[in-house]
Order: sequence, then structure tokens, then C-alpha cells
Amino acid sequence: MTETKTRENRPSKTRSGVIGRPIDRIDGPLKVTGGATYAYENALDGTAYGYILGAAVAKGRIAEIDTAEAERAPAVLLVMTHRNAPAQPDFGPAVTPTVPEVFTRARPALNSERVRYYDEPVALVVAETFEAARAAAGLIKVRYDEEPGLYDLPGHMADAYAPKRTNAGFETDSVIGDFEGAFAAAPVKIDATYRTPFEHHNPMEPHATLAAWSGNELTIHTSAQTLANFRAGVASTLGIPPERVRIVSPFIGGGFGSKLIAHADTILAALAAQVLQRPVKIALTRQQMFANAGHRAEMIQQVRLGADTDGRLTGIAHDVWSATSSFEEYCEQTAVFARSLYAAPNRVTRHRLVPLDINRGEWMRSPGEAPGMLAFECAMDELAERLGLDPIELRIRNEPAQDPERGVPFSTRNLVACMKEGARRFGWERRNPTPGRAREGRKLIGCGMAAAIRPNYIGAATARVAIDRDGRVTARLDMTDIGTGTYTILTQIAADSLGLPISSIKVELGDSRFPRTAGSGGSWGAASAGSALYNACNALKERILEAAQSSEASPLRGANATEASFADGEVSVGQRSASLADLVRRIAPGGFEAEGSVAAGAATQSYKAYSQHSNGAHFAEVAVDCDTGEIRMRRMLAVMGAGRILNPKTARSQIIGGMTWGIGAALMEQTVLDRRYGHFVNHDLAEYHVPINGDVPEMEVVFLEEHDDKANPFGAKGIGELGVCGAGAAVANAIYNATGVRVRDFPITLDKLLPALPVIAI
Amino acid sequence: MQSFTYERAASAEQAGAAVAARPDAKFISGGTNLLDLMKLEIERPAHLVDISRLPLDRIEETAAGGLRVGAQVRNSDLAADPRVRSRYPMLTQALLAGASGQIRNKASTSGNLLQRTRCPYFYDRNMPCNKREPGSGCAALQGFNRMHAVLGASQACIAVHPSDMAVAMAGLDASVETISPGGETRTMPIGDLHRLPEATPHVETVLGHGEMIAAVTLPPPPPGRQVYRKVRDRASYAFALVSVAAIVEKSGDRIRSARIALGGVAAKPWRATEAEHMLAGAAASDGAFTDAAEAALAGAVGHGGNDFKIPLAKRTMRHTLAAAVESA
Ligand SMILES: Cc1cc2nc3c(=O)[nH]c(=O)nc-3n(C[C@H](O)[C@H](O)[C@H](O)COP(=O)(O)OP(=O)(O)OC[C@H]3O[C@@H](n4cnc5c(N)ncnc54)[C@H](O)[C@@H]3O)c2cc1C
Ligand code: SF4
Repeated sequence: MTETKTRENRPSKTRSGVIGRPIDRIDGPLKVTGGATYAYENALDGTAYGYILGAAVAKGRIAEIDTAEAERAPAVLLVMTHRNAPAQPDFGPAVTPTVPEVFTRARPALNSERVRYYDEPVALVVAETFEAARAAAGLIKVRYDEEPGLYDLPGHMADAYAPKRTNAGFETDSVIGDFEGAFAAAPVKIDATYRTPFEHHNPMEPHATLAAWSGNELTIHTSAQTLANFRAGVASTLGIPPERVRIVSPFIGGGFGSKLIAHADTILAALAAQVLQRPVKIALTRQQMFANAGHRAEMIQQVRLGADTDGRLTGIAHDVWSATSSFEEYCEQTAVFARSLYAAPNRVTRHRLVPLDINRGEWMRSPGEAPGMLAFECAMDELAERLGLDPIELRIRNEPAQDPERGVPFSTRNLVACMKEGARRFGWERRNPTPGRAREGRKLIGCGMAAAIRPNYIGAATARVAIDRDGRVTARLDMTDIGTGTYTILTQIAADSLGLPISSIKVELGDSRFPRTAGSGGSWGAASAGSALYNACNALKERILEAAQSSEASPLRGANATEASFADGEVSVGQRSASLADLVRRIAPGGFEAEGSVAAGAATQSYKAYSQHSNGAHFAEVAVDCDTGEIRMRRMLAVMGAGRILNPKTARSQIIGGMTWGIGAALMEQTVLDRRYGHFVNHDLAEYHVPINGDVPEMEVVFLEEHDDKANPFGAKGIGELGVCGAGAAVANAIYNATGVRVRDFPITLDKLLPALPVIAI
Repeated sequence: MQSFTYERAASAEQAGAAVAARPDAKFISGGTNLLDLMKLEIERPAHLVDISRLPLDRIEETAAGGLRVGAQVRNSDLAADPRVRSRYPMLTQALLAGASGQIRNKASTSGNLLQRTRCPYFYDRNMPCNKREPGSGCAALQGFNRMHAVLGASQACIAVHPSDMAVAMAGLDASVETISPGGETRTMPIGDLHRLPEATPHVETVLGHGEMIAAVTLPPPPPGRQVYRKVRDRASYAFALVSVAAIVEKSGDRIRSARIALGGVAAKPWRATEAEHMLAGAAASDGAFTDAAEAALAGAVGHGGNDFKIPLAKRTMRHTLAAAVESA
């Protein structure tokens, strides 16, 4: 780690400052003109094409696999099965000893005759063309000894167990005070059980890899959010040192958490390229992505709230039962947000898992809050109604003075301000609190709101920055831009720090040869990589100044450096100044280079001393067709307190993307697991519905002025996932307000609403 | 996808003969349905006869005062035709409610009529499906059947026909003109084109191998107001849960005649003839609409996941009839 002495302890807010400005995406023109090369578009001479054949059963073993016909098919180079795949380590236990090992463990493919989940790879065909490989895969005959499997979460609740920890290493349970006693004594209470379905990330770009060996060095062009994880995972699967693996992923067509670890496309491409001594390219098909690239698991959530008649919560209990995989545990931290959201003296949160014969769940945008707040913030709405209290007022009455479970102060917390500002802008007072009363023609109109909370994470990161004799700056780090705007933000940070125009900065990402970061995930990208780059820029300035003071050729030789500043392309020391480019040219024709780092947030003092979260309030208005039950959005508003906003344009895009996810979760997203066969039935985009343009209404996003000096040097916090948190609950609460029908089984499709919708006279 | 050979048909007669010559040959028009099915090896034709460039892409006035729509007229062009928009507005509404702009630009009139079901088990070769593999069973019957049929289904298959266009055409009493490999033409009411599943769900139409759809003829527009109402899970780009095509002709406070076709409920566009008879001469009232909707769904049977379609179809039909009357 590079030691950095900072002269300015905060990035400039004004003058040449480009932080906080709505700069257009740096990579936008490349993307819209096709100049951004995605993994599968990379071309290398001699590339062969792979196609994966998946298992036709969800549990059992391969009794017989006949590849003869496929091997004889035109242009086929290799048919790989568990019988001839290069040796790989066993998969190992369902739970890794530590959290980071989840990301780095070996994930072998085609290494066993066991079938653990439906569509698990059982063969790989590699051919001269994609078409030849796919056609030959259709010629492989497999006979399975099928075994009965478990695919039914509600049917197997008796198998539920408590995991040792949740995702991200949180405690499985939290218990404070005596919830049961408080709940029994509470004059007003809610005991509601909600169901949320399996969901899939479905990034636009599929999981795809081009693998090429050069001697014993492996280069992998892929679509990855976290390069270091990919590198470690590939290395442990292949049994080679990580230094011999290079991961390249400069452009990513969405990930949403489904590209944090290497999947079968990567492993099999690497293995086949090794066997064939040729580059091999493999993409998962859209259908294959459903079983082979992670999902959000189905859950059952019981929320119990006890309150006194004034609406002060006396007890909060959030119990979660989630499906997990029988061979690899994943426990989404669904109830963890509830530990920090509202005050109550007696509280319980618990996570339980029910193992099914399915693939492992993976981190899906806003893991925890997305399903958890969908349930919990509906329960708060139910409680408000029972109390005869406005839902905002109920939340205000339960606003905690400090983190209610950790007992430490919040670094910043503007939840109440967000709700108040939102109410004012949305016209909340015009909402009729009695449900089912507002009608326009044959549409029932309703409004709902929900709170948002999301922890602020920082991952360890290092950045390297260099300036050349022409004043051009290059920043390099193995960070990724998954469509969030990372290139843009980092460019702004470097430009701001060095006092140079945007056009002088080149940010290079997505190559594991660059210094290591935590990549994109958990909304930590901008803060982590940004802080590292900020520190690197400070180190660079330090170096430049030192040389400027001492170099014979320097126009600033001997100047007093304590008042140095970098702005408008100039370096000023006291009364003297010089052009930065000119200075570098004179004193260091080879340029300067420096590194900077940040430590993982969890290890820092400020993280221990403060509860760090972003907050917000969501508002939604819906129209429900009284004849058909069709639900359509009319408008949405989000007011966010998320620290300092580095770029309002990219930030807004993140929030409206998250709100759109909220619409999806509330109204349509659901993957159906067939309880008989264990396969995801609706495994394509015609049948797995995500919101299309017509479903997305006018959306307004407001950021409150905030600066979190505990979080990082910029005062910024993560926002990538905040937009999802609570957004779906605001929609669900609006549906209730419109119809008077409370559907607790998500998504709220019209068939669930219809039986309770009265027939209205024509 | 298996490899296949490909030829571009020179004429309608030659096209039919080329398909008839090989049991494993198929016509291809826009390919928006067939190619997807071929990629998944649900359809495995070894030879494709491309009819998309045949001069069957015109919309012509008929002597009777209707329109003759060539089999190769694209869905977008048909929807946009000013004669269709003014005289058969329900057809334009149905077309524009289907698929996406890109698909409609490619999809042909005949391909739309002959598109296959979207039953997800039909789309997965590992699942039992009598339509894909006769005799293997029907995975939907006890499975995820939210999108499936409530009318005219059998124990062998409960799939629905997914077309919107065909529902409007059925309501408009369109007829389908075909040309056989020998060059003979025949014309049939659109209601006779598709077959109900019974014991042979893999036989979906009455067309012979190599018999090609040449055109769809719309009779002169019937009197009355036309409305197409599609109910779906999202605002666009979703197949119908239920759809209703209704034409209601009023005389004073009474209904003179009504034509009703339902989509999303059966393996073919479903004409609600019983309901039409009940409405003829009835007072244009909520009660009459409700009774007609009850009659239309009288024989409906749900299979669990799709039970809701029965009340949904009734409610939608009731309101669509009212909307057609109101604006009549
Ligand atoms: C994602 C998605 C969503 C969709 N949503 C909808 C929707 O909401 N509503 C809707 O109605 N449709 C929808 N569609 C279906 C779409 O309308 C059909 O794919 C299209 O109409 C098929 O037309 P085509 O010309 O491309 O047919 P092709 O794919 O070329 O052919 C389909 C079949 O018809 C046969 N065929 C074609 N022409 C003839 C002929 N002249 N004579 C004999 N046989 C012939 C072919 O052999 C083939 O079996 C959707 C499709 C997709 C992919
Ligand atoms: S409903 Fe028909 S198409 Fe679907 S699985 Fe059953 S037989 Fe096959």
C-alpha cells in the first residue's frame, strides 16, 4: 500500500471542480457506435466455438453418455464430458470456511457423473463454428439414473436450518430484548407472511468468455464484475497460480451481481482451449443463464410488528425462510436491513434455509433489501392503516436516534427529510387514506410510499496513475464499469484532483494486470475505486511537487510547498505557478507515476464507530383496471440522501434503473420452479417478464444535499442499489391504496387481485 | 439447430411442390417463429422453402367490397394500411397489440396464423409434450399452466394459440385461401383452419403437407363498432392472457347483431356464437353483456394455474361489449 500525505484533505467542490457535475458518459459514444468490444465479440485467429449441453434431469447421475455421433459431425474438434475433461479439484463443502472463499473457490465443470441441478453442463462440444457445435450437441445421447429431488420450498419448511452466517458475513440472527413478550402485550399488531419468488438477473449481455493460452499463461476475455475473484476462481479450478491467469473485461453489458464469480462458460472455455491449444469462445444461451448463472431464491417472510396506540413500535420481528442449494449454501441477508431501520426496544431477525436440488443462488442487485424491504415496508403500511396513522407519520415516530441494534451513531441519516421532501413534491396530502376510493373512469387510482435504506460498503482497492510529458494522465485499476458510469466518475475524480480537463484523463479498467480493486458489487464501486484513485492522485501530486521544488530545471524550484494547488492545468506554489504539462516536461521527461489505496471499510475505525447507510423515500402512483385487474404505473418519485453525488446524471440513471427493478419485483418478475422436474419453466425473455418501456412511468429523482465525511474523502456513498430498496413496496402499497386488496404473494399479477375486485356497474 | 438446405421459391405452385416433395421440408416466411423453434430443435426441418419473396404481399379490394390480404403482407404493413385502419380498426388494434415493432416488421400474415403455441413445456425438449412428441404426455396439465386454454382443450393438450391477429380476423369472418402442391386452390372460413387438440395436438391445422396459404380475405366490414381488447401481464410485448374482439351493431337501445371472438383461451381463435345469438335483439345493458359473457364461458374448464382466465374472460368480455356499444 502506498503511504499518502494529503495536502488538501477534501476534493475541491468548486472552481475547476468537475465532481458533482452531470458529465455525459465517457464510454457512451463507444457503446452507441458499436466501438465497445464485449467479451464474445473479441476475435483471435483460430478461435473455436463451444456449445454447452445441459442436463435433462435435476438430480441423479449420468448412466450413459454417447458422444460418437457428435464427434463424427462436421467441423467438430472436441466433445468434452466428465470422462475426458482435464482433472479439476472436487467442488468441496457446501459452506466455505470464510466469506471470501465463496468467490475464489474452485468451481469445476464436467468433473463428475453426478447431476446436481437441471441444465448443469454434462457435455461441451467445440467446433469450427458456433452452428456446428450447437448442431453436434443435439446429437449427444445421455441416459440418466434420475433420483427424486426437492424443489418445493413451502413443502419442505420442516427441513429448514440456521446457517452459520448470511451473505456478506452478517450474523444469522439478532435478538434484542423480549420480542415475544412485547408482541403479546402490544395493543396493535401486524403478523403478516409474504412470499417472494425466484428471480433472475438477466443482464442484456450473456455470460461469455474467450479463453486463449500462450504457453502456460491463460488470457480470459469475459464479462466480469470483479476481476480478482474471477482470476482466483479460475486459477483454483485449473490448479494453476493466479499470476498465470489474466482476466480482461473492459465493457460489461450488465451484471447485477450475476458476474461476481466465474461460471461454466469461463471454466469450460479455459479447459477446452487448453486441450485444443486454440482459443475457445463460449457463451451461455439465454435459457442456460437461468440455471447456470445464479438467481435470487424464493423466500417466505413473516413480519411481526407490535406497537402502542400512538404508533410507537414495541417489537419488530422479521423471519426469513429462503430456498438454498443442497450443494452450496447461499443465504441472502434479507432481514439484515431491519436491524438499522426503525427504533423498537424488542427485536428479532432470523434467517433460515431450506435446501433444494437447484443451483446456488447468487448476489442479485440489492441482496437483502430487495426482497426484505418488499415485505417489511408493506407490513409497515399495514400497521399504519391499522393504527389509523399516515404511513410517513408512523415512520417518523419510529425514527431511531442511533443505530438501534449496534448502538452507534449514524454517519448521516436523512430518512425523515427524504420522506418529508418526497411528500411535498408528490402531493402526498392529496392521497385518500381510505383504500379503493379514488376512481378515474374505470381505473382505480392509488398512491403508496416506502422507506429505503442500504448499507455503505467500501472494498479494498488500489489505483495507479501516471502523467506523461504532455500532461496526459492515465489511471489504471482492475475496476469494472458494468454500465453504471465508473469510467466517467473516475475520470471526474482524477480531473478534479489534478486540476486538468476531462479530456486529459484516460481511465483504463477491466484488466487484471492493473492494480487490484473490489470491482463492481454492493454499490461500493465509486467509493472504493474512487478513493483509491483519489489517494493515488494525491501521491502523484506529492511526487510532482517534490521534484518541482528540488529539480534544477523546475520553474518552481525552492517554492514553499505547503500552499500548493493544482487547478486549471497549473501548479501553483505560493505566488508562483507553472503549467503542469510544462513542469513535467522540464523536470521529468519520463513522467511521474504513483499508487494509492484504501482499506476495506469493515476494517476501518469509522466503520466501527458509525452506522453507515444511504437512505431514501419512494413514492408511487398506480392505476388498476377495475374490469381486468391490470396494474399500470402512473408516476414514481424517489428522494435520496446518499452522501455527496459525484455525477447527478449517472446517479439518476442508477436510481431510475433501481426503481424499474422495483416495478419488476412488485408486478411481474418471477421464475417458476417446476415442483416435479426442478427446472425453471419460463426460462426466456418472452416468458420471464421484466418491465418494458411501456411499464415505466414518469420518474422523478431528487438527491438531498448530503456529505458523509465518515464514509470516504468525497463524502459520497453507494447508490447503485439504493433505488431498488423499498421501490417495490411503494408500488405494492399503492396497489393496496387503489383497490383495498392486499396481495402478499409477489409479484402482484392480476390473477391475484381479480377475485377480490368487485364488479363495478357499467 | 440441425443443418438444413434452403431454396427460394420461384412461384407459389413451385413452392408447394418443393415442400410436398420432401416430408421434412417446411415453408419459411418471416421466420420469427420458425427460426426460434429450429434453434431449440423443436422443429427440425431438413429443407426450407423460402416463400417470403413471392409476390403475395399486396392488399387488394375485392369485388364484394372487402380486402384480400396476401399471405406475405407484413404485420406492420397490414396494421398501417389506411383501408384496414378505417374499415377494420379491430384488426389494426390486434396487430399492434402483438409482439414488438421489429417482429411485426418481419412477421407475415400467413406465418402469424400458423405460429405455434408458446407453452413453455413445448419449448423445452426435456419435457413431456404431446404436441412436440406425440404420446409423451402433457407436462402442462399438472404443471405451470397459467397461460393455458380453458376452452376446447383435451387431456392430451391444453395449449393456446397465441395470435392476436387471428382473433380479430375470426371476429371479422375472414376466409383463408390456400394453394395445394398440385396448384388447386381452396378457401375455408378462418374458423376451420385450426383444429382443436383432441387426441392429436400435433396436428394443428387442416392444411396438407405442401399446402400453402396464399391469402386471407376479409368480407366487407360488418356494421357496428369494432373493439379489440387484449389483457396482458405488462403494458406491451406480452402474449394475451385473454383477448376479446367484439363488433356490436346497435339499433336504438337494442343490439341488432354482435360478433365476438376470444383469444388466449383455446387452441384456436374462439368464436362465441352462443353469446352472439343471445345478444342479437337484446337490450344493450349490463345484464345482457354479463349473460353473454357467462354463456361464452359456460363450458370453460380451468386447470389450476389458469382458473382465473374464466372470470377474467367474462369480465373483459362484458366490458369490451359495453365499450363497443358506448362508442357505437
Ligand atoms: C418475443 C415474441 C413475442 C411475440 N408476441 C406476440 C403477441 O403478443 N401476439 C402475437 O400474435 N404474436 C406474437 N408473436 C409471434 C409473431 O406474431 C409470430 O412470430 C409471427 O407472426 C410469425 O410470422 P412469420 O412470418 O415470421 O412466420 P414463420 O416463422 O416464417 O412461420 C411460422 C410457421 O408458419 C408456416 N408458414 C408460414 N407461411 C406459410 C404459408 N404461406 N403457408 C403455409 N405455411 C406457412 C411456417 O412453415 C412455420 O411453421 C411474438 C413473437 C415473439 C418472438
Ligand atoms: S399443453 Fe400441449 S404443448 Fe403444452 S405440454 Fe401439454 S401437450 Fe405440450
